Amino acid sequence: MERAALWPPRARALVAALLAALAGNGTAAEYVQVPAGTLTSAIAPDAIGTPVPIDAFSIRAAPVTKGEFHRFVEARPEWQRGRVAQTFADGRYLQDWRSANAVGDAHAEDEPVVNVSWFAAEAYCEAEGGRLPTWHEWEYVAAADATRRDARDDPAFRARILARYASATPADLPAIRAAANAYGVRDIHGAVWEWVDDFNALLVDGDSRSGEDADKLRFCGAGAINLQDRENYAVLMRIALLSSLNGSDSTTSLGFRCVRPVGDKAR
Amino acid sequence: MKAFVSALRARAARLAVAVLVAAAPGSVALAAPAAPAAPAAPAALPGDSVYQLPITLTGQDGRSARLAGRRGAPVLVSMFYTSCKFVCPMLIETIRDVEAKLSVEERASLAVVLVSIDPEHDTVQVLKRVADERGIDAARWTLARTDAASVRKLAAVLGIQYRALVDGEFNHTTAVVLLDGDGRIAARTTRLGNADAAFVKRVRSVALAASR
Repeated sequence: MERAALWPPRARALVAALLAALAGNGTAAEYVQVPAGTLTSAIAPDAIGTPVPIDAFSIRAAPVTKGEFHRFVEARPEWQRGRVAQTFADGRYLQDWRSANAVGDAHAEDEPVVNVSWFAAEAYCEAEGGRLPTWHEWEYVAAADATRRDARDDPAFRARILARYASATPADLPAIRAAANAYGVRDIHGAVWEWVDDFNALLVDGDSRSGEDADKLRFCGAGAINLQDRENYAVLMRIALLSSLNGSDSTTSLGFRCVRPVGDKAR
Repeated sequence: MKAFVSALRARAARLAVAVLVAAAPGSVALAAPAAPAAPAAPAALPGDSVYQLPITLTGQDGRSARLAGRRGAPVLVSMFYTSCKFVCPMLIETIRDVEAKLSVEERASLAVVLVSIDPEHDTVQVLKRVADERGIDAARWTLARTDAASVRKLAAVLGIQYRALVDGEFNHTTAVVLLDGDGRIAARTTRLGNADAAFVKRVRSVALAASR
């Protein structure tokens, strides 16, 4: 009887390993290394803009595609459209797919997945042995252009990103193909925006924008969020979008990519 | 004891089915309709239940339990961190004020779970010390911790925002959420201090239904 009680956790571990293999469908996703450093974030953790330390991590070179997500929901039917719990995904979840278990045309398999909730994105990344990037990790990687790790001071770089946002047409998502940035990461400023692990931590509201103390009765450690870089509209648009979402929301232009910790932080 | 063993067996059988279904994705469509044949499972959890979240909480007494194990009685849930000097003590007083407006029966049917957003510092020992200092009723109140990823998911489900600051403080929204017996969000309040009358009314009706 003791044995009967003991085997399920082991069986579970086996299933988890199987699922991870199935989700990857045997072909490992390409991750690139990002070295440790510091980031002067658009949303610093204090009022004086102290740079944020960033640990080394690895990040998917490209966003998760519909084909990859398709294999994930085949292996994990509880994440299929129509089966997923309302707590984790709203009615728009994977709404662009032809059916619960079919993406659509063959070429669609190579497009970045969209209409995924934060919970589903997080579950996918966990199956791949990682998690969603934190906002700071995402911002750190997104600061790079083709040759520089931090090109944000260059007005031409900012203008290029803004122009891309302005012309994005989510109805016809391109397959992933943009040139890599200095880290080897592609499409981070493409037509698809990306979930971050701490989307519910960005806390931008009128109070913090004005620099006045936020309502102390609503926030502990109040008033500490300040936007450091009001010229960087492209980043501010992201923050505004992400902080307006619930974890179960799905939108037609929001996908994700995953990160994995490296070195001491790797489990 | 016998019941316990048979519960274990039933659980093992369910897991075995889950293993078969999960390991063979092609057979899902065939295997799924067989599920209802399993012996008297409890009614399915509603899709919009917070208890869909497969997380485990460890209380100030050091005991760990699945959050979903709370199913069956209403719970007031909120998130906090113990080193918060201003809002968090106020949060505890606010919940006490809500409880003070309930009848003895209503209060007895209600549990309170406060989950730390700072699991790195809020160890079981710290939670225990704070529970003792604040004189909480440990029979119904739990100060709890879980891993960082679970904290993030619980916050997302409850609609609570939080963010670590460099000085060890956290920036977070304070909300008290009422879960009904099935873990569905029945009401929430962001008001601190004197209890929110509309919220108290909802707590009373949910607690009353549960105490019957």
